[in-house]
Parts: sequence; structure tokens; C-alpha cells
Amino acid sequence: MIETPDAPFPLRIGGIFVLEDETLRKKKIIDSAGFQRTVNRLAHEVLEKNKGSGNLVIVGIRTRGDYLARRIAAKVEEIEKDAVPVGTLDITMYRDDLRGRLDQPRLQRTDILFDLASKNVVLIDDVLYTGRTVRAALNALMDIGRPAGIELLVLIDRGHRELPIKADFVGKSVPTGRQDQIQVAMSEVDGEDGVYLLTPDEEERKT
Amino acid sequence: MSLQSRHLLGLDGMPQADINLILDTAASFKEVLERPIKKVPPLQGKTVVNLFFESSTRTRISFELAERRLSADVVSFATAASSVSKGETLKDTARNIEAMKIDMVVIRHAAPGAAHFLSRVVASNVINAGDGAHEHPTQALLDMYTLREKFGKLEGLRVGIVGDILHSRVARSNIFGLTTMGARVAVCGPATLIPREIERMNVEVFHRLEDLIPRVDVLNVLRIQSERQQSGLFPSLREYHRYFGVTKEKVERALRPITIMHPGPINRDVELSADLADGEHSVILQQVTNGVAVRMAALYLLGTSNGEGGI
Repeated sequence: MIETPDAPFPLRIGGIFVLEDETLRKKKIIDSAGFQRTVNRLAHEVLEKNKGSGNLVIVGIRTRGDYLARRIAAKVEEIEKDAVPVGTLDITMYRDDLRGRLDQPRLQRTDILFDLASKNVVLIDDVLYTGRTVRAALNALMDIGRPAGIELLVLIDRGHRELPIKADFVGKSVPTGRQDQIQVAMSEVDGEDGVYLLTPDEEERKT
Repeated sequence: MSLQSRHLLGLDGMPQADINLILDTAASFKEVLERPIKKVPPLQGKTVVNLFFESSTRTRISFELAERRLSADVVSFATAASSVSKGETLKDTARNIEAMKIDMVVIRHAAPGAAHFLSRVVASNVINAGDGAHEHPTQALLDMYTLREKFGKLEGLRVGIVGDILHSRVARSNIFGLTTMGARVAVCGPATLIPREIERMNVEVFHRLEDLIPRVDVLNVLRIQSERQQSGLFPSLREYHRYFGVTKEKVERALRPITIMHPGPINRDVELSADLADGEHSVILQQVTNGVAVRMAALYLLGTSNGEGGI
């Protein structure tokens, strides 16, 4: 394992933890200040599109989508001077790979303590990749209630969709290869805010 | 994280980590049970067969609800209407049902070890829903879940189990589970209904309810099982009630609230007085609610694991 002093968190690919691979090169694509600016912009975009926070509820997908949801909600509240309900969605039971996996994913709680009926839901995740997580989240939400509509907000869209899913609000679109990894760090769990792109060394040499 | 075994046969020897995993998972399902739509998809396409060779209302309904709420296909089977009454053996019954391509079997049987036996002759995941006087693991798990919910943790909790310990699978499973989790367990009942050498299971024995009550936080009151009482191990229900019936008067001598549990069905005013059963310190109905969540957790953990987990 190479030294990665600036990586005090496990690597993630589309929500799955993987072992650190020593052939990866790591590049910071959003720093702490940029992260804050992106969150601010996304909060404004959500409010613009929904014409205020009146009928809005925010739902984050565990784990980092949940932290991001709380950041966006705090910003929305700061702008509108009115609190927005925030909930947490655990999509484990809705995964399409629940049975094939070697490690059984640990089930966590869904905490949506408000009625979704007739609300505009902003569904939030950190990285949009294949779209499978979002598909699971949509099914999970529909089982909880019947919202007026659902919008998708992601911090990073890295492409490679396997399902017809598109985000309404995107922090940053990052062109990636299949072998690349996106690492989202959030101070709540990782000690800092930032987004990293990890590229296999060969790729790096070619470009 | 997955369970060590691919069956849930008993709590004897089940590691603390596995018990914690089931209880933590049950907490997620408890949230599902509070939703308007109480159904989630993880066992979609799986078929569960409930083999109940002994009568049961609560446990069977609880399992069926748990299975349906996980979106499993469910077949339930009661002895009277089946080929068992035509003399088919348990092994043949199970193998024939399994030949119809099922995934999980929940079994209740009067013979101790029936679930273990089944787990060796079929390829499905087996869950023991009570085997004779041996074990009833999901009941003990839901008891522990209820206690953890109420007290925050099981470690150090003092639990008294009162009644017919000799014939009680609920008592045995609770003793195994609670001692594994670091709770202190005491049993109390007529000498004829306390198994000899039960102290070796790390429990204290009391023969007078008055001696037990000041020493516990919880009383788990067992049902007097008239169907297992042909041999006259105590003289009469009236006498049993007088000495071992848990009443408000006896409990109030503790001078602090004691949580009352009962696995059901209650013989009111025999083993437990009606005012306590319905009183503010009774968690009997929470036990029933939690039963569905705990069974969902067990079914989910066994039904979605990839089967690499040992035995």
C-alpha cells in the first residue's frame, strides 16, 4: 500500500468500499472552498426551480448523500429563513445485487419522519454513476409514500449510466473511465471536504 | 456482515456478534412496520414454507406477516390437514415440499431437535419456531430486543424467569441468549418444574417468588402449559397461583417498577394477574410487535446471505 496521507478515508466506487489500490493516481478536483461554493449553488438552484422551499422535502441516501442533504438543507434554510424537513434513506433492501454479494451489506435505518404525499422531494446522493442506486432509492421512496415529484441532486456525475436516469441538479460533471474512482470526502466522516479523482497509472501515462 | 450459520436453530452457542446483528437489523425493520406501506422487497422471488406440526397462532401469524412483508411467497401448512396424519415421516414431508423448489423452511414441532434434523436433510435455510421443550430462538430474540429497546442494553440487566422452566423452550432460549449478552438470569418455580443442575447454565434458582422479586429488573412470566401437565407436577392451578402467580401485591413489595413480560398466550390470574398484564410496566404487546421485526431480521439475514456462512 502506498502512502496516502491525504486520504484518511476508504475509497468508494459508486457507494461500495474497495481496498486501496497502489496503482492509482490521485487528483483533487474539488477543494474545501469549492465544495462549499458548489453546495451553495446547488441550494440556490433547488430553490429557483421549486420557487422557494414551501413544498420541499430533502432526502439523502446513506451515507454521504445523507450528509450532503443536511448541508443543502442548512443552506436552503439560511436563504429562505424556513426549515426544510430532511430524511435519510437506506436503500440496502432495494439493491439489485443484494443476493450476489460476498459481504452481506449491513442494513441501516431509513429515517423519514414526515409525510411524502404531495411533496416535492429532492433526492440527494454524492456520486451518480450507473444509476442503480438511484433506481433503488426511487423504489424505496415510492414504497414510503406518493410524492408530487422527485428531483435528483448529485455532487458528482461521472457518467457510465446503465439505466435511463438523469440528475436535475449536478455539482460537477466529471468525465471518467470505467477504471477510475471518485472519492468524496466530507468532514462529518472523513475530516475534510473535497472530491478526488483516482486514475490507474497506465491511463495517466497515455494522456 | 452475515450470520455464522445458514440456519437459525437455537441460541445455544450463538455468538454475541450474531445476536447483535439480528437485533440491530430488527431495528431497521421496526421502522418499516411503522410506515403506511409495510412492505419491502428483499425476499422477492423466495419461497418460504411454514411447517407447523404443533398448534400456534401468534408465532405462525408473526412469521407469515414477517415473510409477506419481505415480499416472499409463503406456503403455510398445519398438521391436521396434511399427509402427516396419513403417517408420512418428517423427512419425507420436508423433502417432498423441497422438491417443489422452495428456499426456506420455518418449522415448529413437538420433538426436540426436529429443526436440527431438518437442517441436515434439506438444502433450504431452516428456522426453528419451537421444537418441543428444547429451543424457541425467535421468541428469545424478540424478548431481548424488547428489553434492549426499553433498557438500552442487556449487559448487567437482571432478568427473572418464573414458572414451568422444565418444559419451557422459551426459558432455555432466553437463558442461552441473555447470558451470552451479559445479562444475569434467575429462574423461579415449583421444585418439580425446575430442571436439576440448571445452575450449570449460569442461572440462579429461587423457589420463592418473594425472594426473587427484590433481585430483578424484569420478570418474564411463563405460561403454565396445561397441555404438558398430565403428570401432576403441581397440585392445582389455584395453589400454583397462590405461590407462583405474579400479582400486583407481590411485585409492589419491590418498591420500584419491575418490567413484566409474557410470551403468551396468558392464563389470566393463573401465572400473571390481569392488572399487571395490562399495567403500565407490561411490555407484552411490544413483545408481539417486535416479534414481527425480529423475524423479518432473521429471515432477511438468512435469505439474502450467499450461503458461505459455515454449517
